[in-house]
Amino acid sequence: MPWTRKDLLGLEELNKDEIELILDTAESFKEVSTREIKKVPALRGKTVVNLFYEPSTRTRVSFEVAAKRLSADVINIAVETSSVKKGETLSDTGRNIEALKADIIVVRHNCSGAAAMLARNLTISVVNAGDGWHEHPTQALLDIFTLKEKLGRIKGLKVTIVGDIAHSRVARSNIWGLTKLGAQVTVCAPRILIPVGIEEMGAQVTEDIEDALRQADAVNVLRMQFERDTGGAFPEQLEYFKQFGITRERLEKAKKDIIVMHPGPINRGIEMSTEVADGANSVILEQVTNGIAVRMAVLFLVAQANEKTKRDENPD
Amino acid sequence: MGFFLTNPMKEKAKILDKDTVSRTIIRIAHEVLEKNKGTENLCLLGIRSRGVYLAQRIAVCIKKIEDKEVPVGVLDITLYRDDLTLIANQPVVHKTEINFDITGKTIVLIDDVLYTGRTIRSALDALIDFGRPKSIQLAVLVDRGHRELPIRADFVGKNIPTAQNETIEVRLEEVDGRDEVVIVERD
Repeated sequence: MPWTRKDLLGLEELNKDEIELILDTAESFKEVSTREIKKVPALRGKTVVNLFYEPSTRTRVSFEVAAKRLSADVINIAVETSSVKKGETLSDTGRNIEALKADIIVVRHNCSGAAAMLARNLTISVVNAGDGWHEHPTQALLDIFTLKEKLGRIKGLKVTIVGDIAHSRVARSNIWGLTKLGAQVTVCAPRILIPVGIEEMGAQVTEDIEDALRQADAVNVLRMQFERDTGGAFPEQLEYFKQFGITRERLEKAKKDIIVMHPGPINRGIEMSTEVADGANSVILEQVTNGIAVRMAVLFLVAQANEKTKRDENPD
Repeated sequence: MGFFLTNPMKEKAKILDKDTVSRTIIRIAHEVLEKNKGTENLCLLGIRSRGVYLAQRIAVCIKKIEDKEVPVGVLDITLYRDDLTLIANQPVVHKTEINFDITGKTIVLIDDVLYTGRTIRSALDALIDFGRPKSIQLAVLVDRGHRELPIRADFVGKNIPTAQNETIEVRLEEVDGRDEVVIVERD
């Protein structure tokens, strides 16, 4: 089936076939990064604007590398140095970027729904690079891509997500994507960090880390976002590590070849021990490599769909 | 194949049947060996999708004739196309698989039909991103004319003059369940 969306806003709205198309396309793009000349001309002449309202290094750099490997031009706007500081609204900023004749905006914003709002107001493509606590679709896609690459399938897998589920767009996007592809998802965290209604998304809930790891084919360890703690809801760091940290001892009780993922940046000694982060089960750096292929696929597909829409509307 | 639903096609004539397809491939294999005086530094590169199967078959013929293995690679040119937004069906991007260094090699590009020449233009761009071959040659099963670029084939299975409203369909056992080449006409 063809890809018809001009935007990628989240995995909730995608069906199984659309998710699989992105993963298959990404698989083809992965080869590009292994060439001596790591570049294809697919988006030559297109401009990608990275509009980041939150600090980010890895996601922004990953999108930048992805766009450049497709031969697009990339402009990075970090909000600390932009007119937003002078009071410009998000949609005005978006319209200005559109007036510059950019083709794709990659946006990260601390408000849930920011990317969707931009997408509604603009004719150019919008890719969500994280909106508030809502979704971070490309992170989930690269997690799923890595799992599929390692284990050959998604259907029937048992995946545990550990950590701050409540504040995590990564968890939400992963739950949508994994359940649509037929995996079983368990979330594990202190009760206070589990959002109400998470079961309705199709995830099981436990507060017992050993229970959560026992049957799991993979564990996705989320970063504790201590910077988001505004009201003392977070456990103390050492206490968290003691109760939920992924350690060698805990992995020894799990499946031998359990896959350990982390979206980064890692807080060593809080979410997982250094031993585990650098150990044989960890695929953390492969996730980074795969992130480029997944983002290349997303940029390519939205750009292609948008071009096609424009042509259908103005046939010559 | 939504394209065919909206544009009914009529099969006009069968140009090659199973046996002639097979003989044609054998002849091309002989011509490739003759022109290159053997298999030294020779590599075959099939353009997805049917070019790949043709390349594999030519490699099998070469093995029978000279008892030498020649490397076969796969080229997907989707990312190098200049008409991505013009084609009715979105092409799915597939992998390029070249597991050998092409620098200094004699590359025979292989495709099913040579038409405007734009696919070959894309293939040349793609290929040159992988290295610097000594030379690049082109083999096609069918040349149907209507070139839009200064490109020609070194080895041609069959020249078939066509009208613009006609299409050549190459069907191969591996994908289509049978070997044949037919002309179809759009109503």
